[in-house]
Amino acid sequence: MTDLIAVVLFIGVIAYALFGGADYGAGFWDLTAGGAARGRPVRELVNVSVSPVWEANHTWLIFCFVTIWTAFPQAFTAMTTTLYIPLGLAALGIVARGSGFAFRHALAQGRGELVSGVAFACSSVLTPFFFGAVAGGIASGRVPSAGHGDALSSWLNPTSVLGGVLAVTVCAYLAAVFLTGQARRRADTPLEEAFRHRAFAAGIVAGLVALVGVFVLRADSPRLFHQLSTVGAPLLAVSGLCGLAALLLLRKGGPPVVRTLAAIAITTVVAGWGVAQYPYLLGTHLTIQQAAAPPATLWVLIAVSFVAVVLIVPSLLLLYGLQLRRKLG
Amino acid sequence: MLLSALPTAADPPQLLPAREQMAFTLGFHIILVPFGLAFTFMMLVCHYRALRRGDQQALVLAQRWSKVAAVLFAVGAVSGTVLTFELGLLWPGLMGTYGPAFGFPFAVEGLFFFLEAIFVAIYIYGWRRLPPWPHFFTGVVVTLAGVGGTASVIAANSWMNQPAGIEVRNGRVVGVVPSQVFFNGAFWWEMVHMLLAAYIVAGFMVAGVYAWGLLKGRRDHYHRLGFAVPFTVAAIAMPLQFLVGDTIARQVYDREPAKFSAIELLPTTGDHVPETLGGIFADGKVRYGVQLPDVASILAGFTPSTTIKGLDAIPAAVRPTDSAVSIVHLAFDVMVATASLLLLLALWFAWLWWRRREVPTDRWFLRSSAVSGLVALVCLESGWVVTEVGRQPWTVVGLLLTENAVATQGNLWPLFATVLVIYACVAVGALYVLRTLRRRWSEQGTEAAVVPYGPWAAPATNGPPFAGGDA
Repeated sequence: MTDLIAVVLFIGVIAYALFGGADYGAGFWDLTAGGAARGRPVRELVNVSVSPVWEANHTWLIFCFVTIWTAFPQAFTAMTTTLYIPLGLAALGIVARGSGFAFRHALAQGRGELVSGVAFACSSVLTPFFFGAVAGGIASGRVPSAGHGDALSSWLNPTSVLGGVLAVTVCAYLAAVFLTGQARRRADTPLEEAFRHRAFAAGIVAGLVALVGVFVLRADSPRLFHQLSTVGAPLLAVSGLCGLAALLLLRKGGPPVVRTLAAIAITTVVAGWGVAQYPYLLGTHLTIQQAAAPPATLWVLIAVSFVAVVLIVPSLLLLYGLQLRRKLG
Repeated sequence: MLLSALPTAADPPQLLPAREQMAFTLGFHIILVPFGLAFTFMMLVCHYRALRRGDQQALVLAQRWSKVAAVLFAVGAVSGTVLTFELGLLWPGLMGTYGPAFGFPFAVEGLFFFLEAIFVAIYIYGWRRLPPWPHFFTGVVVTLAGVGGTASVIAANSWMNQPAGIEVRNGRVVGVVPSQVFFNGAFWWEMVHMLLAAYIVAGFMVAGVYAWGLLKGRRDHYHRLGFAVPFTVAAIAMPLQFLVGDTIARQVYDREPAKFSAIELLPTTGDHVPETLGGIFADGKVRYGVQLPDVASILAGFTPSTTIKGLDAIPAAVRPTDSAVSIVHLAFDVMVATASLLLLLALWFAWLWWRRREVPTDRWFLRSSAVSGLVALVCLESGWVVTEVGRQPWTVVGLLLTENAVATQGNLWPLFATVLVIYACVAVGALYVLRTLRRRWSEQGTEAAVVPYGPWAAPATNGPPFAGGDA
């Protein structure tokens, strides 16, 4: 049962990486779209694509937090007392990002729009970096079981920086793939073309970062490297193949195929991390079993997850379905 | 609120910044809660009227309100997320030990919030292309999910006031009875109290905007409706809130004696306790303030001989500080005073309506209504101060002292400073956006031309029968 909750938690992490990641990436392209006039088409596309879904996508983060503090309280406090700097900065980034986006959407052209747009775009790049750094700190075993690990080296280390950079590039890649499809659905050929190039470039960069990561992990986190290259290897292979296939198909394939391949690539990378960690939650010192809450609590969480599958999944499908069929807006 | 605890020498150094930051971010977030929870209900009332009677102006109101709700919901969502982070960053002692009990109501809340976020989006962006009635019902899901979400958060909060359903061994929660945790002794009334408060605050705040318009001479159907719908909701909730509040006060007398003695500013246990209005507590004595003989005893137990436990009944080690007692007492006075003013305003409205059967336009009535939203906000904030500061020095009454819940790592002041700056920007931004929307709407018909994005930029093509108004 404990393992089941861990799986549920990891599904939340993957969902956040996919859906939240695509939103963050949209902010990355917003930031790099160019001046007010030149960047307008890109920003408009980002706006119409992200507006109806970002709050729902963002909820996965709350789901992860709540699950971890309820099911694995000790691990949660170990993380917050160690990684409080990147977590605090990510929280502030979320505020700046969400408010900036909502304000920009409601404002007419002018200074207000510019300021809120900049807040949205900058924090869209910084926030996933901090989350990636947090993941790196956890994965490399720098969070002690009792918490209060080193406030700086726990997230300013090679694995964390790799995690942060990888998070930003993966978000950008995902978003570019999604936005290519959105542009195509709007029959905006120049924009579709532009995002296809962006997806290609971001995919290449993300792949390169991942390759460099192999060496970083071998030097900095030998245990993680060992696990990834053994039990995690099949998942990473799938990820690499799907990522490559998505890149090759970008030009010819239909957006749903490319999108699915990109999503599988990301899912398998995150799942690879999960498998490599198992059976530990923190480094090699706190197992999932040791960190778990009493059974009654876990049962409640399983019940809640079950209700979520029954209620939330169809609702989400409805939302995405309406959005894809351009019924919203 | 910022004075919620003057530090004493024994306090851990992180306690003050952690507490101030929590108070500030909660106080900020709580302003937005009524808009997600109750404002959407008022929007649906207008929407329903529009669909049933073909009332164009009601439709315009519903559409515009949905736009305001979208902005405020977004800010509420992110400020709520910050609270999620803060529970771990500021209070690891709470989450690490009591997470298994205190945490799962938040999982339930997450479920409701998920539904809310999904259907709010469908509702807000569905005006033009969804069929009218299915579109309306997506809004109904939003208001219901809001109630469920509030209930869940209150379950966690009320559990801290009256913890139940857990077994602790060696400082670890080893057994949990989920139903007892969720439906703890304080849950039901506290939940109803907060729900009504949300409807009251949102009602008076929104009505206040249109009262201002009416005062300026805009007496059209649009402004009358914009005033009447939210004001009526608030006016109905107001007397109910008094009954609920009174019941809670007696329950607190019964089950949270420390909080009650702070509310009543009572140093020593006794009967024939006077009700103290105003005043502070310093060096173990009540200073200043007006005393009404026997009233506190009568309110608590219906007879002057009712005994009320004073601060002396609490062991010295866990007795609230003088400043905490004073704050709880004054906050309670402010809550009751502002609520009484709002009740009078609601009764005034009922009286005027009963005599003329139309939206009152008396100048003093409208002036009072225009400021009623701010008064309601003060009432809401002071109510939360009573329940939160009134629990001190405990985070979980009888189980966990706040000084043991607080984070010990790093320096929290820089984080708090950054939070203040960012929240100030968000508050200014939100007000600026709301003002911009209002100005755009008062210059009727021009908005479609200047909105760069969004659903209202292009003329409606195949929307519902009477969409494509100017909202």
